[in-house]
Amino acid sequence: MYTEKVMDHFSNPRNMGEVEGANGVGMVGNAKCGDIMQMFLKINDEGIIEDVGFKTFGCGAAVATSSMATELIKGKSIDEALNLTNSAVVEALEGLPPAKLHCSVLAEEAVKAAIDNYYARKEGRDIECTCADCGHDHEHEHAHEDDESEEA
Amino acid sequence: MKRVYMDNAATTALKKEVLDAMMPYLTDIYGNPSSLHTFGQEAHKAVENARHQVAKAINAADDKEIIFTGCGTESDNMVLLGIAQRYSKKGKHIITSAVEHHAVLYTCERLEKMGYEVTYLPVDEYGMVTAAQVSEAIRPDTILVSIMFGNNEVGTIMPIKRIGEVCREKGVFFHTDAVQAVGHIHIDVQDMNIDLLSLSAHKFHGPKGVGALYVKKGIVVPALLTGGAQERNKRAGTENVAGIVGLGKAIELACSAIDETSAMMTHLRDKLMTGIAGSIPEVKLNGHPTERLPGNVNFSIKYIEGESILLMLDINGIAASSGSACTSGSLDPSHVLLAMGLPHEIAHGSLRLTLGDDTTEEEVDYVLEVLPKVVERLRKMSPLYKG
Ligand SMILES: Cc1ncc(COP(=O)(O)O)c(C=O)c1O
Repeated sequence: MYTEKVMDHFSNPRNMGEVEGANGVGMVGNAKCGDIMQMFLKINDEGIIEDVGFKTFGCGAAVATSSMATELIKGKSIDEALNLTNSAVVEALEGLPPAKLHCSVLAEEAVKAAIDNYYARKEGRDIECTCADCGHDHEHEHAHEDDESEEA
Repeated sequence: MKRVYMDNAATTALKKEVLDAMMPYLTDIYGNPSSLHTFGQEAHKAVENARHQVAKAINAADDKEIIFTGCGTESDNMVLLGIAQRYSKKGKHIITSAVEHHAVLYTCERLEKMGYEVTYLPVDEYGMVTAAQVSEAIRPDTILVSIMFGNNEVGTIMPIKRIGEVCREKGVFFHTDAVQAVGHIHIDVQDMNIDLLSLSAHKFHGPKGVGALYVKKGIVVPALLTGGAQERNKRAGTENVAGIVGLGKAIELACSAIDETSAMMTHLRDKLMTGIAGSIPEVKLNGHPTERLPGNVNFSIKYIEGESILLMLDINGIAASSGSACTSGSLDPSHVLLAMGLPHEIAHGSLRLTLGDDTTEEEVDYVLEVLPKVVERLRKMSPLYKG
């Protein structure tokens, strides 16, 4: 069902875990739908993503797309990271089953949410909820981690 | 690498003795059971022998009460569509439960579109329906009650005998989808007041693609497939002779040793259940603690998702199953777990391990060794886990 590349990223996820000193953190998805992705970015003064990490609750594709997304943006500029598309993630994984394409969308959104959070902190904006809408009609139930890591 | 099969509710391994019994009918004895000549009559005899084995296994009063079908799904479809069609003059109301297999549920939905009314009885936290619920739901226009014997996901065993009693008292036909129960727990259709019963060979170490339907004498279930006069005009199509022989042999083997095997499986099941509950924090047993199929273990493991658990177990050689949305092929997790009141996020983290009569203690120990590590690894990855 999954390509070797997907299974490789699932069984040996890259950049898994929180990043110390992260200055952009975004979380998308919803436990009710079965996937949540959290992305941690450490962006330096030149606007380069020095370090990146992820945490994911979800299926094999959710884990693999998060892992691949971190690889694709590590060491890149913010603009480059903002240009990351879900299809680039799918391509890098050598394909995903059609039913799992939404996971790659989530990975793209997780990166964007983390960057948005980085700018929000910089500008002192209120941090908005960036949870993706999965099409289900329900409330957001998960904790919003952004607030927590702000203190760190 | 070690390979451990813990998905016996999906299907079971074909027994060597069963294959041996089938083999002649895949080779030398290839006649059509409907043919008059000796080639045909040999095959015919084998089919009738299997019919007797099935009748005996569930204590049917007469071999003629057994109809061979192509699978458990066909048996379920045949009962629901057939009874609905044949008895629609009496009424158009059918009662079933919210936790049935899709072979029953989707057929009921089809009947609703055809103008029938279906009551889906809710279940309690264990996935159980009571006889009182059935009794209250029966109306003058009710023509059929269909409640499964043992649940394929959570293993809960329904109070079949009492439900049958209620139906008998009220003069309503009672069907039970016993696909998961046959060969694993004692079934006596006469004692349990069962009018119609579905079974499938591949769930008790028989071949895939063959099932049977028990229809109590006097009840008319019209044919789903029309054509030849096979199965006394109840199921047209040249018989799957080898499959039917395999079904007969498998049910005979399973039912002759049912006490010993189910005691052994129950022991291993309980070891697995206590082992998991004892070694992994924040898990929830799904299904009834004691009224459950001897081979079924089902847990929700908080903070992680079912498909990931399955993949990680598979990497370690363990075959299991889950009720998460990702594995059910839809947006929603298992309808059974949701009907039992589990929140979506807990249902997504369900893990089903189902034992067969060939499961060993060593295999159970291996699962108990691997599973906690898999869970820990996935929890470390989960943004929901704070442990
Ligand atoms: C309770 C139940 N009913 C019906 C079926 C369908 O049986 P079959 O695979 O023979 O069509 C299954 C098998 O998954 C089952 O578990």
